[in-house]
Amino acid sequence: MSKFREVTQIMMAEYASTGALMHAAEALRDAGYKDYDCHSPFPIHGMDQAMGLKRSPLGYIVFTVAVCGLIGIMTLMWWTSTTAYPLVISGKPYFSFQAFVPPAFAITILSAALTAVIGMLILNRLPQLFHPLFYSERFSRVTDGGFYVSVESTDPKFDAARTRQLLESLGGSHIEILKDA
Amino acid sequence: MSNQSNQWPHGDVLITGNQTFETVTTSVSRVVEQKPGKGWWMLFLPSLALALMSFSLVGQLFYEGLGLWGIMVPVVWGLAIVNFVFWVGIGHAGTLISAILFLLRQRWRTSINRFAEAMTIFAVICALMFPTIHVGRVWALYWTMPIPNQMNMWPNFRSPLMWDFFAVGTYFTVSLMFWYVGLIPDLATLRDRAKDKVRKIIFGILSMGWRGGNKQWKHYELAYLILAAVSTPLVLSVHSIVSTDFATSLIPGWHTTIFPPYFVAGAIFSGFAMVMTLSLIARKVWHLEDIITMRHLERMNIIMLVTGMMVGYAYSTEFFIAWYSGNEYERFAFINRAFGQYAWAYWIMVSCNVLVPQTFWFKKMRTSLVWMFIASILINVGMWFERFVIVITLASDFLPSSWGYYSATWHDWALLIGSFGLFFTLFLLFLRFLPMIAMSEVKAILPQADPHAHHEGGH
Repeated sequence: MSKFREVTQIMMAEYASTGALMHAAEALRDAGYKDYDCHSPFPIHGMDQAMGLKRSPLGYIVFTVAVCGLIGIMTLMWWTSTTAYPLVISGKPYFSFQAFVPPAFAITILSAALTAVIGMLILNRLPQLFHPLFYSERFSRVTDGGFYVSVESTDPKFDAARTRQLLESLGGSHIEILKDA
Repeated sequence: MSNQSNQWPHGDVLITGNQTFETVTTSVSRVVEQKPGKGWWMLFLPSLALALMSFSLVGQLFYEGLGLWGIMVPVVWGLAIVNFVFWVGIGHAGTLISAILFLLRQRWRTSINRFAEAMTIFAVICALMFPTIHVGRVWALYWTMPIPNQMNMWPNFRSPLMWDFFAVGTYFTVSLMFWYVGLIPDLATLRDRAKDKVRKIIFGILSMGWRGGNKQWKHYELAYLILAAVSTPLVLSVHSIVSTDFATSLIPGWHTTIFPPYFVAGAIFSGFAMVMTLSLIARKVWHLEDIITMRHLERMNIIMLVTGMMVGYAYSTEFFIAWYSGNEYERFAFINRAFGQYAWAYWIMVSCNVLVPQTFWFKKMRTSLVWMFIASILINVGMWFERFVIVITLASDFLPSSWGYYSATWHDWALLIGSFGLFFTLFLLFLRFLPMIAMSEVKAILPQADPHAHHEGGH
């Protein structure tokens, strides 16, 4: 949220194709920009490298929570069947862990999936119902067939004139400056 | 966009009609942006009537009790569990298409995955209804959940019925999340296309402010991959666990190790048949022939041929093992299935599940729209009877003194029909309000989406 407040200006340029967008991403990366993003209607293969982005940490988070889920449900089943409510079921031992595999498996999967979704939303700062980019009329094509680069003024390299020139030289059109009112 | 090369890699044309990103958006979005036609209402109103009928039947059941059903000893499960297994099975193809084919990088899945996933969710809703009402004392249903209570009681985690609760509950939750995550970019498309304020606000909230930035796609794609990766073992486990309801019992004909793989194959088989039925209707009604092409349909038919043969193989293995085991109860159970009082059900099952898919060996049959539609319905009839045969032939168990003939009551049949009403009501509402084809995924497989293809072409 704090990051959102700092954003005062966003410069947005439209590109004609995925190839042009990727080319622009590489040029901005090489020019040392950090607070920029490339918007497209679908994920573009190879864009992470083009923008110089690190791999998403989501996998590690999901793995950690899934292991906790597994330990948690196993502990619950152990405690309820040996201590809280011990029952003899077809002569099995109280802690008959083989029979606990299916619930343990289901809960592990459930905790992994919940973490993947919630973690993705948190990492993406979603839901964020408003963003200055939505002021742009043209930007609505980003979910249709439009390709855009947005550079935020929080970037130390940001300079209204020079950034505009760079975006134009990369084939960008319809350059707009969007302000957080 | 016209000067870009529309060359499909390996000549594998998945989407026809020289589509651009914009035409994909329009052809999918227009379906939910216009008022529904007469055809939609003609399907929706009867479905809604049946769904409401099923609700009132459930109400009646809660008031009067399980005596309304034909269940008896020894067939205590009756049609409710037949329907439960049937509906859970239907769901499996949805997850298979969305998760397993995604991991296997089968790009043809993109045209059908969205409504296959929707089908999964609605089928699981129908499935969950049956065990819920079958417990008889619905108010005690929370006993299956491990929550502290004043009785100091805890569930028995060694029971396959508990496993079922965990497996199907997880399956429903994960499928719902998978579906929703896949929908986010397409909901944003609807938001951006919305003309009136109400639609803009609704889709704005549902799409959570998606901006399609690569910094978002990065996490999004990994989340989607993780969901696919965890759904894959999940989908294989759900029907395996459902089958343990049967297999961990000591009933002849049920107590077999073949059940988990046999149930999973059958589930995929019937689920694909249901996807086929639904996609043929949707394709015809909304003219989506360029997006759901004959290639997709043919591949689904091939999967039905393969899984149909697995199911047929399982039927014969059961018979072989019954003979080879030398157990007279086991032998009797199978001879009774094929030639006993429910032989009619058994042979409906064999002809629909084993013989019908064999026609898909022939290219002519595999590409005939009329035949594949009929076959897809016959296969689901056959798969329903498979579960019927397994559950109901229990009418002749160990002791001849307790033998009887189970026949379902009008209430049983009306609930089955009502569950179809519920399923189609939900499905038609989905077709009316949400994009039935994953636009962002279809766009990503178009030739123009490859940054390198055009990079060279453009300069």
